Amino acid sequence: MKLWLAVIIACAGCAALKLAGFVVPSRLLETKVAQRTLEALPVTLLSALIAVSVFATGNHLMLDSRAAGLAVALILVAIRAPFLVVVVAACATAAGVHAF
Amino acid sequence: MSEPSPHDHLMSDAPRKAAERRIRNRALTIGVSVTPFGLSFGAVSVEAHLSLIQVCLLSLVLFSGASQFALVSIIGAGGSYFSAVGTALLLGVRNGLYGARVNTLLRPAGLRRFVMAEVTIDESTAMAVSEARTGHATRAFWSIALSVYVLWNLSTIVGALVGNALGSPATTGLDVAGPAAFIALLAPRLNTVRMRLAALGSGVIALVTVPFVPVGAPILIGGLTAVALLLVLDR
Repeated sequence: MKLWLAVIIACAGCAALKLAGFVVPSRLLETKVAQRTLEALPVTLLSALIAVSVFATGNHLMLDSRAAGLAVALILVAIRAPFLVVVVAACATAAGVHAF
Repeated sequence: MSEPSPHDHLMSDAPRKAAERRIRNRALTIGVSVTPFGLSFGAVSVEAHLSLIQVCLLSLVLFSGASQFALVSIIGAGGSYFSAVGTALLLGVRNGLYGARVNTLLRPAGLRRFVMAEVTIDESTAMAVSEARTGHATRAFWSIALSVYVLWNLSTIVGALVGNALGSPATTGLDVAGPAAFIALLAPRLNTVRMRLAALGSGVIALVTVPFVPVGAPILIGGLTAVALLLVLDR
């Protein structure tokens, strides 16, 4: 039930945010602070999400097969490998290290 | 569907056809490029114990890859719904910014703006902006939007069905599908030292707080603290 509520609020909220751009006066978004915040926010949130998804389980810090997967993803992104290759190779590496 | 562009009367048939072909090809390429992400999203969602209907609802209505992935990753890790929804909403703020840009560029009338807002995402905005000077921005926007919307939803369903058939996330390596996808998505934005430091700082702050706060909260804490630090340092 709570899961349903989370799904519905996320759906409604994100749809409302999209619509807000068409309604809110654009000068409010054109201040320097707003621009910088909106530019940096996705980068920092996703970085935090990556760090926690790879190096934590619950409330514990962990170094396991996921770190190997992340390392492979970083290398492949640095050499500009295609998206699908990055994801599949990272998963295969993590699965391989986990099995080992 | 599109209003006549101010350049239309200047154009003969051949350049217009070339532009239509270029836009169609780009729309298909970009649509296909989101499918691996949609597949992994579907698979990760069922691992997080979302039902097929819930997974499909997210792709049909929320329709924004990063927010969707963050939501199910945090729920899957056992995080609070507050952190999961909060992170998804904060990641969705940028679509509002895109909306302001698309609104001034395409000037949709009446109810059409509701449909336009729903499909205002990274890809459709970038495409409309890149075609702004050619007078084909409206066609470009709707082409990409349609292509990405259809392929994103189809790949979500396939991913959810396939993910159901797979084993645990650790044995299949699916536990790094999200992080790997995000690394690939972030890479183009990490083109300055400033952004790289912000990304690194955010990750470190999040990890430091992991043992002390509820699961999921470190993502909000890391992300927001890093932005605040960046704004202070910029002064």
